[in-house]
Amino acid sequence: MSSLPAYIITRFLMVIPTVLILLTIVFLILRIIPGDPITAMVGQKVPEEVLERLRHEAGLDKPYHEQYIDYLKGVFTGDLGKSMIWGKRPVIAEIMDHFPATLELTIFGFVLSVMIGVATGSIAAFRRGSKVDSGMRIYSIVAYTLFIPWFGMLLQMLFGVYLKVLPIGGRITPGNTPDTVTGLYVLDSILTLNMNSLADAFAHLALPALTLGIVLSGAYTRLLRNNLIEVLSQDFIKAYRARGVRNRKVVFHAMKNAFIPVVTLMGLQFAILLAGAVLTESTFSWPGMGTFLIERIEYRDYTSVQGAIVFYAVFVALISLVVDVIYALLDPRIRY
Amino acid sequence: MLLDIENLTTIFRTRRGVVRAVDNVSISIKKGEFVSIVGESGCGKSTLAHSVMKLIDHPGEILGGKITFDGLDLLSLSDEEMRKIRGDKIGMVFQNPMTSLDPLEKVGDQISETIMEHMNVTKKEAWQMAREMLEKVGLQPERVDSYPHQLSGGQRQRVMIAMAISLNPKLLIADEPTTALDVIVQEKIMDFLEDMKREGRAVILITHDFALAAERSDRIAVMYAGWLVEMGDAEALTNDPLHPYTKGLIQSVPDVWMDKEIKPLPGFPPDLINPPEGCRFRPRCPNASEMCMREPPEVEVDGRVVKCWLYG
Repeated sequence: MSSLPAYIITRFLMVIPTVLILLTIVFLILRIIPGDPITAMVGQKVPEEVLERLRHEAGLDKPYHEQYIDYLKGVFTGDLGKSMIWGKRPVIAEIMDHFPATLELTIFGFVLSVMIGVATGSIAAFRRGSKVDSGMRIYSIVAYTLFIPWFGMLLQMLFGVYLKVLPIGGRITPGNTPDTVTGLYVLDSILTLNMNSLADAFAHLALPALTLGIVLSGAYTRLLRNNLIEVLSQDFIKAYRARGVRNRKVVFHAMKNAFIPVVTLMGLQFAILLAGAVLTESTFSWPGMGTFLIERIEYRDYTSVQGAIVFYAVFVALISLVVDVIYALLDPRIRY
Repeated sequence: MLLDIENLTTIFRTRRGVVRAVDNVSISIKKGEFVSIVGESGCGKSTLAHSVMKLIDHPGEILGGKITFDGLDLLSLSDEEMRKIRGDKIGMVFQNPMTSLDPLEKVGDQISETIMEHMNVTKKEAWQMAREMLEKVGLQPERVDSYPHQLSGGQRQRVMIAMAISLNPKLLIADEPTTALDVIVQEKIMDFLEDMKREGRAVILITHDFALAAERSDRIAVMYAGWLVEMGDAEALTNDPLHPYTKGLIQSVPDVWMDKEIKPLPGFPPDLINPPEGCRFRPRCPNASEMCMREPPEVEVDGRVVKCWLYG
């Protein structure tokens, strides 16, 4: 049992207990933290009978184990309950309104961060000890420590206020929204061949994605530089060269080896990105999950917050599944 | 002569100063000859081998001398011309088989990549050749589909040898090929190197194991602190060492069969940034005299080269 398909199937099955544990933890935390969602919703000055009735409607008067089963049933049928405020829409619908915005920003920020990090990190490693290397190392620390709102505003001032080339906020100019297919504006514009929307969506994405990309690239720069230097000093690199393998190919093998820890970081970063996007979203008025979460926390909208957490948890579990599969594709030593 | 190394000097520029790792060394090797280069760790024997391959990386540098291989002046070749020689005309086997194979690539991919860098063959043909090479070094051809971590140390070293000889090189350089392996595997690898010699290739064995060198080679070159101190016919050199260092080296080899007294050499090899004045072996030499404050000449005695005032 040490083949790649066996590994992928096993890893896939492991998502089930992982998600169950995550769901259980979310359930328990929400039962442990002080505060009653019903009182939070209607306020203190409501007669006890009304409170009882609302609790009964919400199923909160049942014993915990029944609530737990109801909750799991709901999650697996895609029912995350109804929002407690504003029209009481199903939480899953609210999430689906906001998640594509975050996903789009996250994907572009992620791709930019990896591209910038890999480029700077490998240049630094190949020019080890040079001024270029020192420059890249300073870049990695500065990028890593940048405060997103401050850096975002700097970019807004430069490109939006002085140069006037890019919009400073929002996802798209009103009226330019492409027909919905996936909810990702760039993808939808391409699918519906709407070039106007495409350019507009890109223009709006540029600054927030660049902010996220640069801030997150620092860690890649550093990790890839150090790994690549380590790999380049290994015997097998010299052995490749001693066999007359072209430099270009030796570099490819070195990069492949140095990339293994980078893939781990990618998985971790993607989860952090979803959270980091909160700051970026508020800086650029991006209508995504971060904005949604902050708003609903302020209004004590328990069901929406719980739904968003569950959604994030499952999403992150799936991302780590993808990362582990990529990991196994890269490294033959990773097998069960 | 297949390989002619003349007055080769290779240095490393470190922060503490310049290390003359190989200092003015000359060695010639004929076709079909098995030559061992023997010495303690840090004597420059590996640097010598890497210099022949022009695999000396920063901060190292080949400072002077001439390396002629098969009529080609290696030091004047471009990087691309040298790349074509590596692996194709000169094969090299490294010390540590555990770390000399890429952990992420199948054995077959690594062998066939080497073949395809030098020969105009399809991937399929290269894989077929990889299978044949593995068979030749005594491994099952199905091992092409294995990853390095699925092989033992001895098997990996065979893979390294299979790669080194896959393009039928005229010269095979083995840099401590059996140091990391057990004695039984060592025997087999050495037998294989001898077969290579019988097929008409020249073999250079870099080793610190004098007994191994004496048993297998035609000629032995002894290095000390970057210098070639003695070189000659393996049997003559073993039975009647001329240089005091060679004598000390032989006396420090334990022998299981004879109740011989082991006399380890006193002291340690010198710091090559500040080598002792005159002869570098002087501080450890039992025969040291006034003369040895000056650098000894390289003299020829009975067809042997010795760098010592005793024979100057």
